[in-house]
Amino acid sequence: MVSQALIKDFEALLGKENVLTSVADLQSYSYDSAVLTPVTPAMVIRPGTTEHLGQCVKKLYDEGIPMTVRGAGTNLSGGTIPDSTDTVVILTNGLNRILEINVNDLYAVVEPGVVTADFAAAVARKNLFYPPDPGSQAVSTIGGNISENAGGLRGLKYGVTKDYLMGIEFFDATGELVKSGSRTVKCVTGYNLPGMMVQAEGTLGVISQAILKLVPPPRASRALVAVFDELQNAAEAVAGIIAAHVVPCTLEFLDNNTIVRVDDFTKAGLPREAAAMLLIEVDGHPAQVEDDAAAVERVLRANKASEVLVPRDAAEKFKLWEARRMALPVLARCRPTTVLEDATVPRSQIPAMMKAINEIARKYRLEMGTFGHAGDGNLHPTFLCDRRDHDEFQRVEEAIDELFDTAIKLQGTLSGEHGIGTAKAKWMEKETSRGTILFSQRLRRALDPKGLLNATKLVGI
Amino acid sequence: MNSLSQLARRLMALDDKIVACMRCGLCQAVCPMFGASGYEADVARGKLALINNLAHEMIQDPEAVADKLGRCLLCGSCQASCPPGVHIMDIFVEAREVVNAYLGLHPVKKMVFRTLLPKPGLFNFAMRVGATMQGCVFRKSKDAQGTVCAPMLDFMLGDRHMRPLAKKPLHARYGSISEARRPGGLRVAFYPGCMGDKMYVDMAEACLKVLRHHEVAVFMPAGLACCGIPALSSGDADGMLRQMQVNLDLLNPVAFDYLVTPCGSCTATIKEYWPRYASRLDEAAAERAARVAAKTMDINAFLVDVLKVQAVEPAANATKVTFHDSCHLKKSLGISSQPRTLIGANSAYTLQEMAEADRCCGCGGSFNLFHYDYSRKIGQRKRDNVAASGAEVVATGCPACMMQLEDVLSHNQDNVRVKHPIEIYAESL
Repeated sequence: MVSQALIKDFEALLGKENVLTSVADLQSYSYDSAVLTPVTPAMVIRPGTTEHLGQCVKKLYDEGIPMTVRGAGTNLSGGTIPDSTDTVVILTNGLNRILEINVNDLYAVVEPGVVTADFAAAVARKNLFYPPDPGSQAVSTIGGNISENAGGLRGLKYGVTKDYLMGIEFFDATGELVKSGSRTVKCVTGYNLPGMMVQAEGTLGVISQAILKLVPPPRASRALVAVFDELQNAAEAVAGIIAAHVVPCTLEFLDNNTIVRVDDFTKAGLPREAAAMLLIEVDGHPAQVEDDAAAVERVLRANKASEVLVPRDAAEKFKLWEARRMALPVLARCRPTTVLEDATVPRSQIPAMMKAINEIARKYRLEMGTFGHAGDGNLHPTFLCDRRDHDEFQRVEEAIDELFDTAIKLQGTLSGEHGIGTAKAKWMEKETSRGTILFSQRLRRALDPKGLLNATKLVGI
Repeated sequence: MNSLSQLARRLMALDDKIVACMRCGLCQAVCPMFGASGYEADVARGKLALINNLAHEMIQDPEAVADKLGRCLLCGSCQASCPPGVHIMDIFVEAREVVNAYLGLHPVKKMVFRTLLPKPGLFNFAMRVGATMQGCVFRKSKDAQGTVCAPMLDFMLGDRHMRPLAKKPLHARYGSISEARRPGGLRVAFYPGCMGDKMYVDMAEACLKVLRHHEVAVFMPAGLACCGIPALSSGDADGMLRQMQVNLDLLNPVAFDYLVTPCGSCTATIKEYWPRYASRLDEAAAERAARVAAKTMDINAFLVDVLKVQAVEPAANATKVTFHDSCHLKKSLGISSQPRTLIGANSAYTLQEMAEADRCCGCGGSFNLFHYDYSRKIGQRKRDNVAASGAEVVATGCPACMMQLEDVLSHNQDNVRVKHPIEIYAESL
């Protein structure tokens, strides 16, 4: 429990409106987007300046109080769920200023609570481009994106959040300010701490500022949609596109059940018999885009696509892309609980992974829909279930075990972009090694001797 | 209902609806209240979690939950963009009713919803007295919107710049209207709504002028009551039922082809809530409410979809007007193109879209009464978007939005007038 005196101290520092202690308020910070049991924190604080943020961290460290940093709370692995009822949640949405967008040197400096989509829009207004586009970008924050190394649809060509983090400032567990990286493309001053803070899930420090790389926007883009009767053909088409030295900015995949469910809902006349649909977009210089689109179309036809659609304009593309946009919303409407996984395999293993997913669904008598980023092997096998049905939910948990086993066997990974949090911590060793767990724990203990930063997340401390 | 477990049991009826929330948190992007406060308990995901916790007896403080539920404009923005399509508005309205039944209705609200509003004679009398007396307390704000403020009633009205009550409300000017249908013509019931009747009488008269121009016979019985949305929003279904009953008795659907209103909130209430709640009265009321609802249309939609009013080319020196989408019109009823067409039907105006045209203005009816500070903060964002559009007029299809826009524009000393699209169209006739 936090003492009355401590509450008063924080109120004096941050103002009463930025210190939440009522049960109703606390309960609204007990969950995130992961399907996990909520934990109600002891207090929630919202610093409005980075100086205040540092003072909060130091105070909590001095008092030995555990802390969990929270942006929008859209985490899918439980990273922002408090570790215990003694935890203090530190909100970053009071730190939401874009400090600089530099059009000459192609970088931006932001506070951690800046919303990803707002940032991307501000950058676009300066005719520049910030590519990472996680599904939650309308609300997710840059701090959360860094801590989870958020991906999105553009991963294959443009990379993920880690590819855009040039520099970082953060407070370590004791409240000391750490700065690493720079506004320059090259910087080898000291350890590469931005690299360490990416996907650290709030376990190594509290981010206070980030320098992000920006790129020139593509001048043109073209979209294509292909329908396949055989999964294998779709997978070979994906491999064929890469082999033709075309790197699409988007290469998305929908499985049969997702197509059927979306068609049920939208009545858009999708190919209900198709084994898979691919949605592809190439971008870049107009001439290159023409060449790439033609090459992609050739590869699709050569790999027995039963249908290839080339939208003529933005409106037509918007319509064809609806199937992808509606995939998760539609699947989420089918049943009360939606468990969205992100097991990822090397692209060439997608047919094997899809075969295994379908077998797992049959074996555990569960409905699944799978869609995702075929270009980078990052699938989203989605379980449609009802968490209140204990028998069914147990089967979901067993199915997830088997899903991860399969992903690891296929030389893939537990998580492409959702993080480990508490949801996947138990499988960490299986994918990595005992030594990896020990190394990570020793690293944490050295940096956070009291074990206060998101203690139960990742490998535990 | 006296025990917490009884309260929980009643809320459990909402369990199947609440469980559909996948806690993705995307409601944060569109919620005007969250935009202003940044508190998770103010966004739909947080409120749904609290209702769920109260239903499962994980929180023992219904007052705190009621307080959080009240911090919502019921604008429906969250529901309109909810990926799994949770019926958020139904849940909120029903939860307000259940929690309110447990906590009891505030005595002032009880008086207003159950005695004043269901008795139009009494309500009209009170408003007439108010209209006569208001000169003593109101001072002109000296703005382009023609609002007044009441420094002496600061404790009650705050710093509001509002439209004064009309000296002579619509019903006093016209009494009961019952025009005969022209051969082959239409006959519509005109439901002005409380604000159309008592504050924005010019706007209501513009409706009558337009209907007359199109040779539509008007039926407006005397003694219409409030549509019931303020009561329902406050969790007082009983008050809403009483008001609806008064209206249903007066609105026999045999007498008209359509029922039109110039108020998005009234339209949404009559179309969506009347049929659903009338089943609590009796079978006859349920049947009548369903038939009235089926005939109810927003006046913009009526003019464009039924009477086929079309836009024309704007004149060279046309006045720039921007349009604010009222939440009830766009998010509840899906009406957004028709008011724009209606504005376009007057060549003296040219439409200049503002950014975030469909973001809530912050009025939210009684939300404005209890959370004026947040209402103003939300309204300021709307004002900034209106100002940035460079328009000289802002139009909107809901008198509550008109009132809010006048307040925030007046406070910013903007030279922007507020009009209903029907007024703009009526000017061209």
